[in-house]
Amino acid sequence: MANLDIVKPENLVYTKTKVLTDNVMHYCPGCGHGTAHRIIAEVIDEMGIQDKTIGVSPVGCSVLAYNYFDVDFQEAAHGRAPAVATAIKRLNPDCFVFTYQGDGDLAAIGTAETLHAANRGENITMVFINNGIYGMTGGQMAPTTLVGMKSATTPYGRRVDLNGYPLRITELLATLPGTYYVTRQSVHTPGNVRKAKAAIRKAFENQKLNKGLSFVEICSSCNSGWKMTPVQANKWMEENMFPNYPLGDIKVDGKLCENITAERLVLDHPLTVVNK
Amino acid sequence: MAKELKLMKGNEAIARAMIASGTDGYFGYPITPQSEVMETLMAEKPWETTGMVVLQAESELASINMVYGGAATGKKVATSSSSPGISLMQEGLTYLAGAEIPCVIMNAMRGGPGLGTIQPAQSDYFQSVKGGGHGDYQLYTIAPSSVQEMYDFVFDAWDIAFKYRNPVLILTDGAIGQCMEKCYTRDYIPRWTEEERRQHAPWGTWGKPATRSHNIITSLELESSRQEVFNQKLQAKYREMEEKEVRFEALNCEDADYIFVAYGTSARICMKSMELARAKGLKVGLLRLITLYPFPKKQIAELAKKVKGMLCVEMSAGQMIEDVKLAANCSIPIEHYGRFGGIIPSPEEVLEAMEKEIIK
Repeated sequence: MANLDIVKPENLVYTKTKVLTDNVMHYCPGCGHGTAHRIIAEVIDEMGIQDKTIGVSPVGCSVLAYNYFDVDFQEAAHGRAPAVATAIKRLNPDCFVFTYQGDGDLAAIGTAETLHAANRGENITMVFINNGIYGMTGGQMAPTTLVGMKSATTPYGRRVDLNGYPLRITELLATLPGTYYVTRQSVHTPGNVRKAKAAIRKAFENQKLNKGLSFVEICSSCNSGWKMTPVQANKWMEENMFPNYPLGDIKVDGKLCENITAERLVLDHPLTVVNK
Repeated sequence: MAKELKLMKGNEAIARAMIASGTDGYFGYPITPQSEVMETLMAEKPWETTGMVVLQAESELASINMVYGGAATGKKVATSSSSPGISLMQEGLTYLAGAEIPCVIMNAMRGGPGLGTIQPAQSDYFQSVKGGGHGDYQLYTIAPSSVQEMYDFVFDAWDIAFKYRNPVLILTDGAIGQCMEKCYTRDYIPRWTEEERRQHAPWGTWGKPATRSHNIITSLELESSRQEVFNQKLQAKYREMEEKEVRFEALNCEDADYIFVAYGTSARICMKSMELARAKGLKVGLLRLITLYPFPKKQIAELAKKVKGMLCVEMSAGQMIEDVKLAANCSIPIEHYGRFGGIIPSPEEVLEAMEKEIIK
């Protein structure tokens, strides 16, 4: 049987979702953005909400996210996506509204907007890509850069006495009554992709409940910024990022998960890491 | 609400006009001397009547970006603030102009620089009409000089904002915001229906139907050649505004030897100074600027051919005077008289300045 014989609609097991455009993504090979985009787009497709979804892109690597999602999209000023999304949702309560932001955007310049959107319990979905670095501007220190981690602006490693601690904003947001779902996922293995997609789905479904903000952190590698191969970067992420940013649900249906102890939330002795 | 005559503060007039003009949303942050705008809206609860959304944001940064988000869905969204808060909003304003999002912003100016004073001033002229934020952009800037105009200009602002897809700045000051005057209210204009919103804002992000490609609101263009073409398009829009949308009021200018040029509170003071001058037999007129951008360049150039001198009266150290001199090409004596830091000049001292500096 020639290969072409099996190319029939009834044999199709996987196809690119129509919610992604055919534009070639500008992301580096090995970066998690492409996968994160895909699972969000698939969720929008599967929920049948393409005509009701409004996305907000940040300033950072994913500033051009609007070129890849085939839904109406707004590009926000640096850090302001939660404020932008707040008004979109308040004025269009029947729409599904999500922001897609990196760590510099969401947890440094936009901390106030993030915290207050969460504290107001805005009925939106926030997707937070944490790669511990400013990817687009060339690998400078982010609020999430690990202690000891080298970056363009911490060439000898992040020092607590100079730069303070890595900000675990996801744990911080989980303590606010306005958040309904808070989770940390990754997309570096097929199994993790499936879990992350389920989390995204839940975060979008929650908008039907109108019970508060849903927040999905995706801990992601930045192999070009970390100056590693994609395989090395994934391994380094598992060994160094995950102990500082543990994967899993933190708050579900408005309640902190049973395994989320005070020690787990606070983690007052961040682990020191070493990279090249 | 039907038409009626009411006594109200300028800030209250802005709030009531927003409700009456079918505004969909207001996002603000308290700051003196304009907090009555949000206070009036919260007390009126328009979400129960017209369906208008009102939200107190965590900062002016947030409120202007809420305006961005809401207005980009093609709805009528507004905010208000005063000088220091408007400074914080400059980032949002340049993004709004760059993404061509219609919206309305009110600035009740107070004295600066820095935290300055909470008393009225007109020292944000440069910030309002020369940019404020980065990049080549203009806000349509309209300056009310009475409570009635505060009310009426909100309606006008929506027309201009959507006609040109451009932010409109209502530039007033603490005096007009705080003073109480009579004001004729208007019949309510209903908020746009879903169909009307889509018709007025086909570019809006209101959810992509299968029948069109996705709408994108952005001010980013990494390809410089395309950014230049876009900027040329913006400039063409501004030239059209300059051609068609200039507003001013010429009082006693026909036979005038000398004229005051002023806007807002200063124009109100100059009206009295003009009366005092006429009583003394001096042929003094007043050119009251209503739009500050577009600036009435042609009208000033024409007047400069007829009169012997102009006195620019501003509650600033002299900002608008630069545009007046440019428009008149410095062909006649043009001087500035101003008080600032929250001080409002008296009609007598303004007339004295005219006699000393211009009439001599």
